[in-house]
Amino acid sequence: MARIVGMNGDTAVAYAVKQADVDVIAAYPITPQTIIVEKLSEYVNNGELNAAYVPVESEHSALSACVGASLAGARVFTATASQGLALMYEILYIASSLRTTIVMALGNRAFSAPINIHCSHDDAYAVRDAGWIELFAENVQEAYDLTFQAFRIAEDKNVLFPTIVNLDGFILTHSLEGVNVFEDEEIPKFLPPKEPVNPIDPEKPVSYGPLDLFDYYIEHKKQQAEALKASYPHILKVFEEFREFSGRSYKPLKTLSMEDAEVAVIILGSAAGTVRDVVRKLREKGEKVGVVSLTLYRPFPQEELVKVLKGVKAVAVMDRSYSYGSPGAQLFMDVAATLINVRDKPLLFNVIYGLGGRDLKPEHVVQVFEHAKKVAKEGEVPEKEVWIGVRE
Amino acid sequence: MSNLNLIKTVKDIPPEEYLAPGHRLCAGCGAPIVVRLALKAVPGPKIVVSATGCLEVATTIFPYTSWKVPWVHSAFENAAATASGIEAAFRALEKKKGAKKPKIIVFGGDGGTFDIGLQALSGALERGHDLLYICYDNEAYMNTGIQRSSATPKGAATTTSPAGRVIPGKLERKKDLIGIAVAHGVEYAATANPAYPVDLYNKLLKAAAVKGPTVIHYYTPCPTGWRSDPSRGIEIARLAVQTRIWPVYEYDHGTWRINIMVKKPKPVEEYFKLQGRFRHLLQPENKWLLEEIKKDVEENWNRLLKLAGLKT
Amino acid sequence: MKYKTWKDLPIGAVIPEPGSSVEYKTGTWRTFKPVIDQDKCIRCLLCWVSCPEPSIRRHEENRVSVDYDFCKGCGICANICPVKAIEMVSEL
Repeated sequence: MARIVGMNGDTAVAYAVKQADVDVIAAYPITPQTIIVEKLSEYVNNGELNAAYVPVESEHSALSACVGASLAGARVFTATASQGLALMYEILYIASSLRTTIVMALGNRAFSAPINIHCSHDDAYAVRDAGWIELFAENVQEAYDLTFQAFRIAEDKNVLFPTIVNLDGFILTHSLEGVNVFEDEEIPKFLPPKEPVNPIDPEKPVSYGPLDLFDYYIEHKKQQAEALKASYPHILKVFEEFREFSGRSYKPLKTLSMEDAEVAVIILGSAAGTVRDVVRKLREKGEKVGVVSLTLYRPFPQEELVKVLKGVKAVAVMDRSYSYGSPGAQLFMDVAATLINVRDKPLLFNVIYGLGGRDLKPEHVVQVFEHAKKVAKEGEVPEKEVWIGVRE
Repeated sequence: MSNLNLIKTVKDIPPEEYLAPGHRLCAGCGAPIVVRLALKAVPGPKIVVSATGCLEVATTIFPYTSWKVPWVHSAFENAAATASGIEAAFRALEKKKGAKKPKIIVFGGDGGTFDIGLQALSGALERGHDLLYICYDNEAYMNTGIQRSSATPKGAATTTSPAGRVIPGKLERKKDLIGIAVAHGVEYAATANPAYPVDLYNKLLKAAAVKGPTVIHYYTPCPTGWRSDPSRGIEIARLAVQTRIWPVYEYDHGTWRINIMVKKPKPVEEYFKLQGRFRHLLQPENKWLLEEIKKDVEENWNRLLKLAGLKT
Repeated sequence: MKYKTWKDLPIGAVIPEPGSSVEYKTGTWRTFKPVIDQDKCIRCLLCWVSCPEPSIRRHEENRVSVDYDFCKGCGICANICPVKAIEMVSEL
C-alpha cells in the first residue's frame, strides 16, 4: 500500500538513506543540507539506523572518511553544499578514480563571494569533470526516489562510480511535499545489501592509491573514461528496475511537447516544473514550444539529446550558474559540444537565471521563449548570452 | 596492558617481514625501520593508511608494492580522516556481519602530520577512532626537496629556510606533537628513536594494545635532507637522544616517563657537526643561535623532568 | 617487462600482488657492499633490525646474511655492528 508522508527534501533524502540501511555516514553540517545529517544522527542515536556516524571536523575529512569506508566495503553516504563541496574538491577525483561507491546528496547552493545560502548550480557543475555520476531531482519525490537509485547505480558491478543526487537548495531541501514512501521491508527487493568489489581485506592484501607515473597513468585514465561511458546502459537498467519496483518512471531526459517543437528550453533541477507549466500554457495558444530537463547530468545523455532536438530551430540552454571567461555557462557548453557535429542543428543561446536563489517566474520563461522564437524566425543569434531576472 | 609481552632484546622481535624490499626509499632512510617494526608489533589483522610523502611514493610505484598488508593512500592531509572512515566501516560491518575489525596503522611524515594533516589528525584523536598514528618525522618536506615544516628544528637549514647571511636557517622552535596528542585525551603517546629498537618495539606494543587513538612520534634519519653520511643514521639518531635534543619519553595512561635517561648530555655540537643542515651553527657569527638552541634544549629537558615527577 | 593495456589493468589502479616490489632489484644502486665476517658476528641482530630495506636476512640461530639483490649499500649495518664484523667493500 502506498503511504504518503509530508516531508521536505532534506528529510526525504535522510529517510531514504535510513531505509537504504547505510553502514557509514561521514558528514559536516552546511546549509541547506544540514537537516539531512541532523536526521541521520537522530536515526543512529535512537537506534533506528545501525550505522556508524562519523562527525568529522571538515568536509575534506568527510569525503576522505567516505573514501576509506567505501573501500572497506561499507555502504556510504555524505551530504554537502557549496563551500563544503569546494572543500571536498581534491577528494572528489580520488573518490571516483579509486572507484568508490559513495552516494552524496548535494543541496545545491551558490559559491561565495559574496556569501549566499540559496540555490545556484555552481557546486553541481564543479563536479562535472570529476568522474562522478550526477542526478538531478526536480521535486521532493524525485529526491527520495533518486537516493535509492543512486545507491543501486553506484554499487552496480558494471558501474562502481560515486554518485550525487542534486536537489536545489531551499527550493527542494526545505519545501514540504507529500512523498510516496516505501515500507522498510520492501526496500531489499530493489536495493539489497552492498556486495563490495575488491574491498580492503587483511586476508587478501591489496594496495590502493599507489604512485602512478608516465608508464601507466594514462592507461588508468583511459580505463576510467571508458568505464564511465560504459556505465550508461546500466544506469538505464536501474531506472527501469525502479519503475518496475515503484511504478514511477525515470529517464535520463524528461521531455514535454518536444515531438514537433520549433523552440525549446533545456534546464536542470526544480525550475523545470515552472518551464513545463509555461509550455503547457503556450501550447494552448498553439505555440510550438517544448522543454527538456535532465535527470542524468553525468554521464551526459548525448545521443538522447541529439534525438529530441531533431527539427528544433532554436534552443535556450538555461544555466543557474556562470562560467567566467568561458564561451558559455556549463550546461550550454555541454549542449553545444553534444551538437557540434550534428547536421541541421538548432541555433543555441545561453540564459543565465536564478543565481543565489533568485526566483524564476513564469513571465521570465515566457520572455525566454519569445527570445527563442525570434532567433528561430530570424535564423541568427543576436545575443549568445542572456541574463534573465536581473536588474539592468 | 599488564598482559603485554614486552621484549628485552632485539632477538625477541619476530622474524616475519610485512614490508618487502625493492622499495625506492633512499639508501639509509630511517622510515622503513619503524614500518617493519610496527607491522611486526601490531598483532592480528591490520590495515595501513599512508599520507602522501616519501614512504608512500617510494613503496608503491605502480605496478609494484612493498606492502604485504592492505595499504590505502588517498591524499596528503587526510590520512587520519581516511583511516577514521575505514575504522568506522569495520566497526559498522562488525556489528552487522560479525567481520573482525583489523587494527588501523597510519603513517604520516612531519609535513602530513604537524602541518597540512594536523586538523584531520585532531579530528580523529578527538573522535576516538581505534588507530595507531605513527609520524615518521624527518624534520622537513623531504619528498618535495627538503622544505621547512613546523617540525623542522630551530637552526636547521632547508631549501625554504636556508642558512642565509641575515637569517641563518629556521628560527622557530619545533611543535610539540606529543603535547598536542595528549591534549586530546589520548591514552598513550610516545616519542621513539631507531637507535633504541627495544624501546621502540615495546612502545609499538603498548600503543597497539590501546583500544582508541595513540600517537608515536618517530625520529627518522634522512641522509638526503640532512646532508649526512647514510651509514651514520643510527649513530646520529643516538646522538640526538644523548645530547637531549630528542628526548625519548612516553605518556602512558596519565603517567609521563623519560625512557632513555640522559644524565650527562653530550655537547649538541657533536650532533650538529655530522649534518650539513646544522653545520652553519658552528660558525662564530651564528653563536647566538647556537646558544639559544642550547637554552631551548635545557628548558625542554627540564619540562619533561617535571612532567615525569623528577628533580630538575 | 611487458606493459599492460588499459583493458588489462585491474580497476581503480590497485596493486593486487602484495610485496611485488621484490621484482625491482635495488641492489644496482650500490657502490659499496657489506661483507659479514661470520666468525666475528655475535648474532646480536642490530644490523637486521636497523636495515631499511630489509636486505639483512635473519636465519636460524640468529645468523645473518646480506641479500645483495636489494642492499643499496647504505652502510648502516657496518656502522652499527658492535664487533665490527661487517666491512664495506668497494664494488667499483
